[in-house]
Amino acid sequence: MPGESSVRDRQLQGLDALEQKPGEGQRVGLSARARTLWAATWPKLVAVAIVLAAWQAVAWSGWRPVYVFPGPDQVLPRIAQEITSAGFWEAVGVTMRRAFAGFALALVVGVLLGLAVSQVKILRVAIGSLITGLQTMPSIVWFPFAMLLYGISESAIMFVIILGAAPSIAGGLISGIDYVPRQLMRAGHAMGLRGVQRYTLLIVPAALPMFVTGLKQGWAFAWRSLMAGELLVIIDQQNSIGWALSQARQLNDAEQLLSYVVIVLFIGIVIDVFFSWADRSIRARWGVT
Amino acid sequence: MSVTTESPARTRAAAIEIDRITKVFGHGPGALTAIDGMSVSVRPREFVAIVGASGCGKSTLLSLVAGLEEPTVGTVDVGGHRVAMMFQEASLFPWLTIGGNIEVPMKVNGVPKAERRRRVAELLDLVRLTGFAHKRPHQLSGGMRQRVALARALAQDADVLLMDEPFGALDAMTRDILHDEVERIWREKSLTILFVTHNVREAVRLGDRVILLSSRPGRVIEEFEVNGRRPRRIDSAEIASQAAEITDRLRVEVSRHAG
Repeated sequence: MPGESSVRDRQLQGLDALEQKPGEGQRVGLSARARTLWAATWPKLVAVAIVLAAWQAVAWSGWRPVYVFPGPDQVLPRIAQEITSAGFWEAVGVTMRRAFAGFALALVVGVLLGLAVSQVKILRVAIGSLITGLQTMPSIVWFPFAMLLYGISESAIMFVIILGAAPSIAGGLISGIDYVPRQLMRAGHAMGLRGVQRYTLLIVPAALPMFVTGLKQGWAFAWRSLMAGELLVIIDQQNSIGWALSQARQLNDAEQLLSYVVIVLFIGIVIDVFFSWADRSIRARWGVT
Repeated sequence: MSVTTESPARTRAAAIEIDRITKVFGHGPGALTAIDGMSVSVRPREFVAIVGASGCGKSTLLSLVAGLEEPTVGTVDVGGHRVAMMFQEASLFPWLTIGGNIEVPMKVNGVPKAERRRRVAELLDLVRLTGFAHKRPHQLSGGMRQRVALARALAQDADVLLMDEPFGALDAMTRDILHDEVERIWREKSLTILFVTHNVREAVRLGDRVILLSSRPGRVIEEFEVNGRRPRRIDSAEIASQAAEITDRLRVEVSRHAG
């Protein structure tokens, strides 16, 4: 009965069309996108303007001498001058290299630790709560010990970055694996997912959102540990953001000091924007908001 | 409709042979007997619906047939048939596209990539979701997701399909149309289906045979042959009267557990 089949086909198509959200899959126009972008941007611009105005007002009020507390009228041109100098880029280069190397090491340690704890029951009982405890610990308290262990060296800084970031990364991975929805595990089991495929096709992708959250938190801890480390562990006059900050303090160069503070804030924001974007795009793909 | 006390066709080669199984969870005084001495025989290409109230061990039964669990006593024999399973939730992987989801069981079976693509298109045609391969699960309605789950189950190359209340969460209109769809695919693909539901009308609408289970523990109370010619309508008088008879029997069973 071809007639009946096509009738059913149309019924089903109609039902599908009705049940899909209206506007699904429609292209967003350029002007609409520009409007969204503007709506997200102007409050930020206003906030920055207010902060700059307040800062300038305090500087002009004469609360502290201008060489101790310069206003944005002095610091902003100084930033413009700094970022055109070779020394600045060298300092940022050294610091970012340490940051990425330290974070990469923390990633390896965190992933291995997280996998071990999530898979081995006795390990979880033994050190599961220790990992949570380490996450809440200010990593700066490790520096005196790290300097005893490694001396005044980059290894001391790396040691503290790993201690600061790895627990968060491990924690994210553990909860990601723990909270793979039971129903998906059941479905995977029924489809015959076993062994390695159970991990590659099911557990790892399912754990990804929480893992990214762990990465984001781990990065924040790594970045803080690194800044603390560069201020405490000054290695042979090697240029870095931390070194530039302490130099500026010793030379009473408040303009340079505040310039680097603004730079540190800026780098932090850029990296955070990257992780937030990763987080958002995963959520959008999965349809969770 | 005829009521049979002995299942017929016990002698012929069955697609699913469930022989006097008992399933006990736990040990000692806290042990729970989910299924007690249940025997069910399903012929190849038969559509068997299983109905029962809560606690009749419906889902446990399907897990045993799927080999996800082992019976405490007795045997389940699927005679070398490949068994696939569908659940009340579509349980699609949210990180994969629709096509990617249907490919998962084929990856498990080591089907080469080009072949996987071809079969995904074929299966999407079958469940009337042509062109949806690149959509994501959250972009589809509940009924569409269940059809994807059906396509994914069929991608296992199974000829025995176990369905655990697959349409329980859908609205009546969608469910009605999906009944037609399942019936069509069951015929086209010569499947053997064991369909669990608590909806008696749905069972009568779809099943060649309806098996009524008791609760706590689950036992077979009665089997009903459904004689209505296909395609049936869920709102036909014939189905209504057959469903009423089974519902009455089910009510007797439920009231047995009062006080």
